[in-house]
Amino acid sequence: MQRIGVFVCHCGSNIAATVDVKKVVEMVLLEPGVVHAEDYQYMCSEAGQAKIGAAIADKKLTGIVVCSCSPRMHEATFRKCAERYGLNPYMVEIANIREHCSWIHKDMQEATEKAVILARAAIAKVNLNAPLQAGESRVTKRALVIGGGIAGIQTALDIADAGYEVDIVEKTPSIGGRMSQLDKTFPTLDCSACILTPKMVDAAGHPNINIYTYSEVEKVSGFVGDFTVDIRKKARSVDATKCTGCGVCQEKCPSKKTPSEFNRGLGNRSAIYTPFAQAIPNVPVIDREACLKFKTGKCGVCEKVCQAGAIDYAQQDEIITEKYGAIVVATGFDTIKLDQYDEYAYNQSKDVITSLELERIMNAAGPTKGHLERLSDGKAPKEIVFVQCVGSRCSDDRGKPYCSKICCMYTAKHAMLIRDKYPDVNVTVFYIDVRTPGKNFDEFYRRAVEEYGVNYIKGQVGKVAPQPDGSLLVQASDLLDNKQIKMKADMVVLATAIEPNQGVRNIATMLTASIDTNNFLTEAHPKLRPVESPTAGVFLSGVCQGPKDIPETVAQAGAAAVKVIGLLAKDKLTTNPCTAKPDELLCNGCGNCAKVCPYGAITYEVRQVNDHGIREDRRLANVNSALCQGCGACTVTCPSGAMDLQGFSNRQLIAEVDAICR
Amino acid sequence: MQELKNRAIELLENGTVARVLGWKIGENTYDPEPAFFDSVEAMKDFVYNNFCAANLSKYMIEASKLEGKTLVCLKPCDSYSFNQLVSDHRVDREKAYIIGVGCKGKLSIEQIKKSGVKGILSVTDSDPIQVETLYGNKELPYTAGMLSRCFSCKGKEHVVYDELIGESAETSTVDRFDEVRRIEAMTPEEKFAFFQAELSKCIRCNACRNVCPACNCRKCVFDGNKFDSAQKANVDSFEEKMFHIIRAFHVAGRCTDCGECSRVCPQGIPLHLFNRKFIKDINTLYGEYQAGADPEAKGPLTSFTTEDAEPSIVSKGGIV
Ligand SMILES: Cc1cc2nc3c(=O)[nH]c(=O)nc-3n(C[C@H](O)[C@H](O)[C@H](O)COP(=O)(O)OP(=O)(O)OC[C@H]3O[C@@H](n4cnc5c(N)ncnc54)[C@H](O)[C@@H]3O)c2cc1C
Ligand code: SF4
Ligand code: SF4
Ligand code: SF4
Ligand code: SF4
Ligand code: SF4
Repeated sequence: MQRIGVFVCHCGSNIAATVDVKKVVEMVLLEPGVVHAEDYQYMCSEAGQAKIGAAIADKKLTGIVVCSCSPRMHEATFRKCAERYGLNPYMVEIANIREHCSWIHKDMQEATEKAVILARAAIAKVNLNAPLQAGESRVTKRALVIGGGIAGIQTALDIADAGYEVDIVEKTPSIGGRMSQLDKTFPTLDCSACILTPKMVDAAGHPNINIYTYSEVEKVSGFVGDFTVDIRKKARSVDATKCTGCGVCQEKCPSKKTPSEFNRGLGNRSAIYTPFAQAIPNVPVIDREACLKFKTGKCGVCEKVCQAGAIDYAQQDEIITEKYGAIVVATGFDTIKLDQYDEYAYNQSKDVITSLELERIMNAAGPTKGHLERLSDGKAPKEIVFVQCVGSRCSDDRGKPYCSKICCMYTAKHAMLIRDKYPDVNVTVFYIDVRTPGKNFDEFYRRAVEEYGVNYIKGQVGKVAPQPDGSLLVQASDLLDNKQIKMKADMVVLATAIEPNQGVRNIATMLTASIDTNNFLTEAHPKLRPVESPTAGVFLSGVCQGPKDIPETVAQAGAAAVKVIGLLAKDKLTTNPCTAKPDELLCNGCGNCAKVCPYGAITYEVRQVNDHGIREDRRLANVNSALCQGCGACTVTCPSGAMDLQGFSNRQLIAEVDAICR
Repeated sequence: MQELKNRAIELLENGTVARVLGWKIGENTYDPEPAFFDSVEAMKDFVYNNFCAANLSKYMIEASKLEGKTLVCLKPCDSYSFNQLVSDHRVDREKAYIIGVGCKGKLSIEQIKKSGVKGILSVTDSDPIQVETLYGNKELPYTAGMLSRCFSCKGKEHVVYDELIGESAETSTVDRFDEVRRIEAMTPEEKFAFFQAELSKCIRCNACRNVCPACNCRKCVFDGNKFDSAQKANVDSFEEKMFHIIRAFHVAGRCTDCGECSRVCPQGIPLHLFNRKFIKDINTLYGEYQAGADPEAKGPLTSFTTEDAEPSIVSKGGIV
């Protein structure tokens, strides 16, 4: 029989205001195995922990239950405390009477009753607990960063500077991400390329950084400290070791009609291409869908003109398998498709563009060489209308429920830059709210209004109608003056909502990292662990976790790097001793458990067993406890109930349920 | 029948097999029983007629532990069960010499009785069925005595065998999921009432579990004391529901739809319906899958692909 002590925490008034803690103490003393119970204001404090220690010694406790906050909060604290006072840390159970009870109930009697029930369940479990010993696992001192935007680059640089090796896997032919497409950046208006390209060069030249562009993660196995990842290096059709980056091939390639992804389809590129002049690596790829050699077998111009002999039409995809201790997801974002927003005439008129397209138009290296012009007729616009929140803060399912966060600022930026360069152009911005929290952000927006005379109108645009004369008729409401507005514009710019990059679901699935309903990766704790995924060893960097601008992205990238460094600095990790263990007399050797084990922890062997006097050679499951992560998949698959998770055995769980239903 | 018997004797005599697993003649035509025959002498009681409905594959678990090969007679549907037992690592393919026996649909005396014939003295296994009763002789169409499972037979191909003997005839006339659809169309209350009425008839004789080739655990969770779930007597109707629902989940994905459970239930409970629903859902969610068709196949419930249906689809009351 266990000797159990129960410790009921008031959590200040967090628990005690709704749960009658004295009553809980009184009730739990009636439970089997309980030899001690007390309450205290803050169990997690030093004084609280000392009380636990004293009771362990005085009452010779073999197990304890702490009725307090969520185990996510303080399970580790109380386990350490128990260990300090000589009790096996796995003899500690937490009854969550805060999040699961006091915080969600108002009625004291009800809450108290529930707290007692939750305590009872934990007591029933401890009665069946057995001491467990944690093992150790190794740490591969190498990190993988998925996505080579500013987030990925910064994370990689910080990890590499700390002395660890990092691989960046970027799916496009160059690192740089969205930031490489931007012209100037708020709030300081420095040119994006000028601050980004040096970082790209640093990353490329860093002895600890290895960049796989035009590559994708194909398979992930393993766990924190010891991931194994297959990376598919897509065939570039160009030998990177020979190519000098001269660019002759791109110039001479006759297939020049493919819309350029980098210019958001506003210009064309050749079949053999680098996305932009400062691309890293400066090695082109052949787009086999567009290449005449691949399509018709004829051509081969690039091969002929390439002095370095770098063109290699026979190149194959390559799979690289590498081990990592930590993985950072930095897959960034894209703007949403506007197919469902016919009212803005985006698909009907070339002069209705997204803000990201405007970035390309304003960029000196862009499709119009930086001249602000209408894409329909090349004329200079005189009247420009910006529409904010296109698809953001949207209540129907055409758009996104969240605020994309960056649009207010970049729209102010666009408006200001246009007024600065073309003072004769009228700029009107329709907004729902202007949201500019951030250092120097509101000042930035006010400058647009006050110094640059941008016309801000609170109200939504209902319709943009292309007119026969080539202009656009904008119908909107002015909510402050309570009137309808009809105005002509030469160009309409849509501040389009952003969403996580396509493919993030697949990445999340491979990593068993969770994503929210909007496909943003979920953090382990929204406040206290914002750069960690709930999956150990997986970290989050940049917009893949939630909308943010460059300063925030870079800050988060650094934070993720610190977490990775903290992990890689360890030589060993303590493993979770709550691993699976088969009962050899019950195991059928059926093989189902190994099929579902995501960590490949289960193998089979033929062993002699003594089943109540019958000696028999049987095929039996074997769990490698160093590989087992305690996920429990095998235990629910096992038909005979042979497989059990230590610390969470079927018996313990049933005992908990029974205690609740009593 | 004679050809099968002769061949079995020949294989026993020439030492290819150490024993024969088949059916032993009973008191009447209609009650042959599964049996092992380990000598030519014993083979005199061997029988294979249209009442030999029992699936012999599960007996191969014990036979796999014995010295030498066992000749096992498998009907087309039994061959799926055999394969499933091989993929569950409970039966050793190398220990079996499989004669795939032809099947023209199996008869059941219970079925004949259900068709209203009383006072049966003897029956033939012929088409049509000749029945001698206290009240005179009767003739019944073959289908009147056929097991309901045979009307939705998976087909007369054996998925595993060493040799084939005997002829088969097509018997499948109904879509096996029709019955499932009928239940799916019920309201939740009607469904509950339906299953409650059926399952409350259960006397926990365990016949369904003992016959089921997918219920092949060395020790059934209901027999051990590990989970306090051992329960023989029908003490509480809830316990019965637990038993059947847990059993259904334990065999889900491995049930070949052999229909043995429903055939042996003395209370006539249509037990196969539970797993037929699972099979239908598996087909819809993960693509057509027949347990036992290929012993190497990855079962849809124990494999994972990124194309798998999202849990949200499943939790919204399943696929109908
Ligand atoms: C129109 C517009 C204007 C903006 N202006 C400003 C501004 O002025 N100032 C400012 O601070 N911020 C601005 N931003 C915001 C800024 O672009 C982002 O904060 C920043 O780009 C986020 O960087 P990131 O690395 O998280 O994502 P990204 O830049 O999107 O980088 C993600 C990278 O990951 C790669 N990737 C994606 N999926 C995979 C995969 N499965 N495998 C491998 N690689 C993958 C992508 O190809 C990409 O290279 C603006 C944004 C927009 C849309
Ligand atoms: S083979 Fe021809 S079409 Fe293809 S990339 Fe080379 S030059 Fe262009
Ligand atoms: S609990 Fe089971 S399935 Fe999960 S990792 Fe451990 S052995 Fe594998
Ligand atoms: S699933 Fe269970 S019975 Fe089957 S091999 Fe694994 S532990 Fe043994
Ligand atoms: S559950 Fe019934 S139909 Fe399914 S394999 Fe078992 S006996 Fe056959
Ligand atoms: S065979 Fe029928 S009565 Fe017997 S346990 Fe199974 S369902 Fe119950």
